[in-house]
Parts: sequence; structure tokens; C-alpha cells
Amino acid sequence: MAYAFDFTAVAEYHTQLLSGVGYTLLLTAVGATLGVAMGTLGAVLRAWRIKPFAQVFGLYVELIRNTPFIVQLFFIFFGLPALGIRLAEWQAATLAVVINLGAYSTEIIRAGIQAIPRGQIEAAGSLAMTRSQIFRHVVLQPALQKVWPALSSQIVIVMLGTSVCSQIAAEELTFAANFIQSRNFRAFETYIVVALVYLGLSIALRALLARLGQRFVVKRRAAA
Amino acid sequence: MMMEFTLWDILRNLGFGALWTIGLSLTAFVLGGTTGLLVLAARMAKSPWLQRGARIYIEFFQGTPLLMQLFMVFFGIALLGVDVPPWLAAALGLTLFSSAYLAEIWRGCVEAIPKGQWEASASLAMTWLEQMRHVILPQALRVAVAPTVGFSVQIVKGTAVTSIIGFAELTKTGSMLANATFQPFMVFGFVALGYFILCYPLSHYAASLERKFHGSTSGSH
Repeated sequence: MAYAFDFTAVAEYHTQLLSGVGYTLLLTAVGATLGVAMGTLGAVLRAWRIKPFAQVFGLYVELIRNTPFIVQLFFIFFGLPALGIRLAEWQAATLAVVINLGAYSTEIIRAGIQAIPRGQIEAAGSLAMTRSQIFRHVVLQPALQKVWPALSSQIVIVMLGTSVCSQIAAEELTFAANFIQSRNFRAFETYIVVALVYLGLSIALRALLARLGQRFVVKRRAAA
Repeated sequence: MMMEFTLWDILRNLGFGALWTIGLSLTAFVLGGTTGLLVLAARMAKSPWLQRGARIYIEFFQGTPLLMQLFMVFFGIALLGVDVPPWLAAALGLTLFSSAYLAEIWRGCVEAIPKGQWEASASLAMTWLEQMRHVILPQALRVAVAPTVGFSVQIVKGTAVTSIIGFAELTKTGSMLANATFQPFMVFGFVALGYFILCYPLSHYAASLERKFHGSTSGSH
């Protein structure tokens, strides 16, 4: 017997889908902002070999990049209470995203910083720019601009990765999908629809990040 | 009755789980690589339909979560009235996922080959397949090794997601042990260590290959 697809059974639950989308976007936005901030800090410490932080961040980067996100999440959510650190689902999910993206962006931004020619920094110094001016305009901004495409892809990958946060009952989009298919018994239709929603989100996120990236470029041109 | 787990029991069970992780990673790498070559061929083919199809395929599998792909495979095959064992859904899902990424990585490598190489081999009356086989691929392969090894780390880590559809690899084994022993901190610590032992050598190798490659070309500028 041929299976009759029924997508209206998914449409009924648009409220749950929307709230799942909202959760996923919020988690991604907060996680990406804090994660990139942490990555910037790590990148500077690593690029300028500031002891002992450079080594600590080096170890952190290797640990995070060589273990799965879901294990990091489980360790934070299920493991940390043993140390008396008990986090709510959304706290654990956010912390996991920040720690994960922090490690990747440390490496990505560090590559950007190290690609800045020394002569430019020296030239900026000879123009009597202050250290913080040099850092902002000669080091960080060109570095971020250079690695922006890589950083953007990583942020999209992290957004897709938040899907496993459903496993600690953080009520993001995949959690909504699991809920819906447990009610309408239309697992395949539900997951197809939700996968397409994710696809839309990642295309939109990529476009948004590209626009943000262009602002870096424009700003730099205006300054030149 | 409560079952007591010694440290040795925990490590032994995690070891078995890790073997399934390795097996699934190898399967996904080999099948994903083979499928990825086909997707790459379609992506670079002259026919606009094949190109478009490949582009949609890559966009879909790179733009949706691996977990959704696993669910779709798992529940999609079930619609055909076949009972899907978790290992099959896991292997199939990871193969689709890897093939899209590998095809895109390799496309970058093929496109890194200068146009003159295509033109020169075309002037020797080579067919497209001959150009690929004798001129383009041998050079692209050299560029491709480092990112391919790098992606294998993503595959190993990706296998952890298959724990959610019930495949008893390292993470699933860890979850079960954490529930049984009430020692999630230690168990997930060991699980993380297991992945680190599998992934770190691969990451390290990929990085050293990349340095070697960049080292050999840096003379030109």
C-alpha cells in the first residue's frame, strides 16, 4: 500500500515550530556573540604568546575540537552537577555553544591575526597610534575581515549543531520536531518540514553574516 | 537488583562502544567518499541538470543538521514497511552527510588546478574523463589530502549523533553507563577522552600535511 503523505498534520503545530525556531535563533545569537568574543580573546593570547594563557587556550582548543559537541553538552549538563554546578537546560546549552564556538573561533581568528604583516603594526606605531588603536584598527579589524567567511561557516555549523540540545530537553527546533511527531505520528513529514526550516535558517544566517561582513569592509574603506 | 560496575567494567564497555564508533567512521568515510566522487562528478559535469541536482544535494546536506538527516533516513525507510536497524540508518545517514561535504571539499581542490591544465590536455584530444583521470585528479589529489584527513575528524565526531537514534557506539554506551553507575562526570570524561584519542592524531596529521603543502609552495611568493 502506498503511503499517503500528510503535511497538514505538521502545519497544525506551527506555534510549536515557531517557538522552536525562536529558541534556536536566540541560542545561536547569544552563543555566537559570546563564542566569537571568547575566540577573539583566545586568538590574541595565542597569537601574542602571552604565558601562561596561550598554553591554556591551546589545550582548550585541542580538547574541544577533538571531541563531539554532544559529549561536551552531556558533560556540562549531566557531569558538572557532580561538582555542585547544576545548570538549567538553556544555561547548559548556551554554555556548550559558547565553549565550542570559542575554541573554533580562537583558531580561525588567530590565523587572521598572524596573517597581518608586522610592518603594518610598526607603521601604525610610527603614526603615533596608541596600542588600543593599533589593536582595533590595524590588527583586529583586518584580521576579522580576512577570516570572516571561515567564521561565518563555523557559526552556521554551530547553529545546525544546536539540534542535539533537544537531548537535554532544551526546547529548540528539534525538540519541537520530536514533540510534534510524538503527537501526530507523522515522523517523516515532520522531520522533512523541520529539516527544510533549518535549511532556510542556514541560508538566512549565511546572508545575514555576509551583510555584517560587508560592514567591516565598508568601514575599512571609509577609514582608508 | 542493582548491578555493580567496577572501573574495569566501565572501561571495557566503553572500549566496545569505541570499536563501533571506529567501524561506523570507516564505513561512512569509504561509502561517503565513493558517493562524494559521484556527487563531485555531477557537480562538475557539463549538463546543467546534473550540476543543479548536485548543488541542491550539497546545499541540503550542508544546510540541515546531521540529526535531522538521521531521523529522515530512519523514519523514511520505515515508511517502506522495512524495519530499520539503527546501524543501517546511522551508516546511511552519515554516508549522505559525508558525501556532500567531501564533494564540496574536493570541488575546491579540482578548481584550484589552473585552467591551462584543462586547455593543454584538451588540446591533446583527451576526453573529459581522460583529462580528469590523467591530468586533473592526480594534481588535485595532492591538494585534497590535508582537508580530507581534516574532515575525517568531523566524521568521527559526527558518529556521536547516531547515539540519538539508538546506535550503541561510544556516546550511547556512555549514556547507558552514566545512568547505570550514577557517575556521569567520570563516564562522560572517559567518553570525551576516547574521542580525543581517536581524533587528535587525525587532526595533528591533517595539520602537519597542511604545513608541508604550504611549505612546499611558499617558495613561489
